[in-house]
Amino acid sequence: MASFVRTSRSAMRLLSSKPGSVITKRGYADEMDFTLAAANKVFYAKANVRQVDVPSFSGAFGILPKHVPTLAVLKPGVVTVYENDGTAKKVFVSSGTVTINEDSSVQVLAEEAHAVEDLDAAAAREALNKAQSDASRASTEIEKAEAQIALEVAEALVAVAQ
Amino acid sequence: MLGRGGLVAIAAAQSGGQQVRGMATLKTISLRLKSVKNIQKITQSMKMVSAAKYARAERDLKAARPIGEGSVTFYEKAEVQEVGEKPEKLIVALTSDRGLCGAVHTSVARQIRNELCESPDNIKVICVGDKSRAILQRLYGKNIAVVANEVGRKPPTFLDAAKIAQQITQHSFSSGKIVYNKFKSVVSYNTSELPLFSESAISAAPKLSVYDSLDADVIQSYVEFSMASLVFYAMKEGACSEQSSRMTAMDNASKNAAEMIDKLTLTFNRTRQAVITRELIEIISGAAALE
Repeated sequence: MASFVRTSRSAMRLLSSKPGSVITKRGYADEMDFTLAAANKVFYAKANVRQVDVPSFSGAFGILPKHVPTLAVLKPGVVTVYENDGTAKKVFVSSGTVTINEDSSVQVLAEEAHAVEDLDAAAAREALNKAQSDASRASTEIEKAEAQIALEVAEALVAVAQ
Repeated sequence: MLGRGGLVAIAAAQSGGQQVRGMATLKTISLRLKSVKNIQKITQSMKMVSAAKYARAERDLKAARPIGEGSVTFYEKAEVQEVGEKPEKLIVALTSDRGLCGAVHTSVARQIRNELCESPDNIKVICVGDKSRAILQRLYGKNIAVVANEVGRKPPTFLDAAKIAQQITQHSFSSGKIVYNKFKSVVSYNTSELPLFSESAISAAPKLSVYDSLDADVIQSYVEFSMASLVFYAMKEGACSEQSSRMTAMDNASKNAAEMIDKLTLTFNRTRQAVITRELIEIISGAAALE
C-alpha cells in the first residue's frame, strides 16, 4: 500500500512538473525570433531584437515580442529595427510580406531591401522621373498597373533618400 | 539469334580496329592525341568557369535561404494541408537549359517520371528549363502545361521566380510541389521537394484563425509573394547544385582525358619505335641479301 502511494505521488510529481516546463518555454518567448531577408541581402537571421516597425498596406505598425500572430503585406517604405542595445537601423524595402507566428517568430521577407544610408537621392529622383514617364506612356491595363507600382516605389524612395 | 549475330559483328569490327590501330597508324594516333588534348583544354576551362559561377551561386544561396525558410515556416506553423476535393496535382520541375553537369537534371526528371508512371492522369507539370522538357516530353508530353526557357545562362533573379509563380497561380490545383536539387556540399546534392499550396488551401488551414486581422486581399497578396519567394529559393538551390555538379563533372572529364593522353602517348611512342625497328630490319636484311 505504501509503495503504491509512493509511486502515485511520483506520478503526480511527474504530472505537475509538466506545466512548469510550459511556463519556462513561455518565458523564452519574450525574445523575438526576427528575420529580415530580401532577395539581394540578409539583414537579420533569427536575431533577437527589441522592436520592429513595418509599413504595411493596412497601415504602419510596430512589432514587439509576443505580438498577436498576423500576416501583412509590405508597402514600399522603411522598416525600422530597434536592437537590444537601443540602436535603430533603418532599411528601405520595395515590397514583400510580414509574418508573425504564434511562437513569436517574425519574418519580414522583401523583394529588395537596402539600408537607408546606402540610398542615393539623385538616383532616386532619376528613378522617379523614369517611373512618371513610363506611367504616362502605359497603354494596357497590365502596363498601367506595373507603372503604378514602380511609381509608388520611386516616390517612397525619394521621400526616404532626402 | 539476330541479337547474337549483331554482337559477333561488333566484336569482329572492334578486334579489326585494334589490329589496325596496333601498327602503322602513327598519323591516326597523333590526330587522336591532339583531339583528346583539345578536349582536356575545353573541360579544364569549363571547370574554371563553373568554379567561378559556383562561388557566386553559393554566396547567393546563403542570402536566399532565409527567404525560403520563412515561407516554409508559415506553412508549417499554420498547418496548411492540401484540400482534396478534386485530385489535381501540379509539379514544378526546376532544371535549366544547359547540360554537361552530371545527373542534376535527370534526377529531377526521373523523380517526376516515376510519379507520372504511377498515375498519369490529373498531374500537370511545369518545366523550368529545357532539359526537363526534353526528358519528359517523349512519354508524358500531354502532361506538360508550361515550359520556361532561357534558364541557367545567368543566375536566377526574383523576377524570373515571380514569372514562374504567376504561371503557377494561373493553374488550379489541390496539391502541388516543386522538385529541385537541394545543395548539400560541392560534391553532393539531394533531389528534394517543397510543398506548394493554392490560395484556397491556405484559407482553409486549421490554424489560420489564430492569425489576426486577415482579409482576402492580404491573403491573396501574401500567397503570391510567398510562392514567388519559395520558387526563388528553390531556383537558387538548383543553380548552386548545378554549378557544383558541373564543376565535379568537368574535373572528372579532365582527369579522364589526362589518363587517355597518357595511354595514347605510350602507344604513340611504342608504335614509333616499332616503325623505326621495322625500317632498320628492312634495311639491314636488304643489305645482308646483297652481300
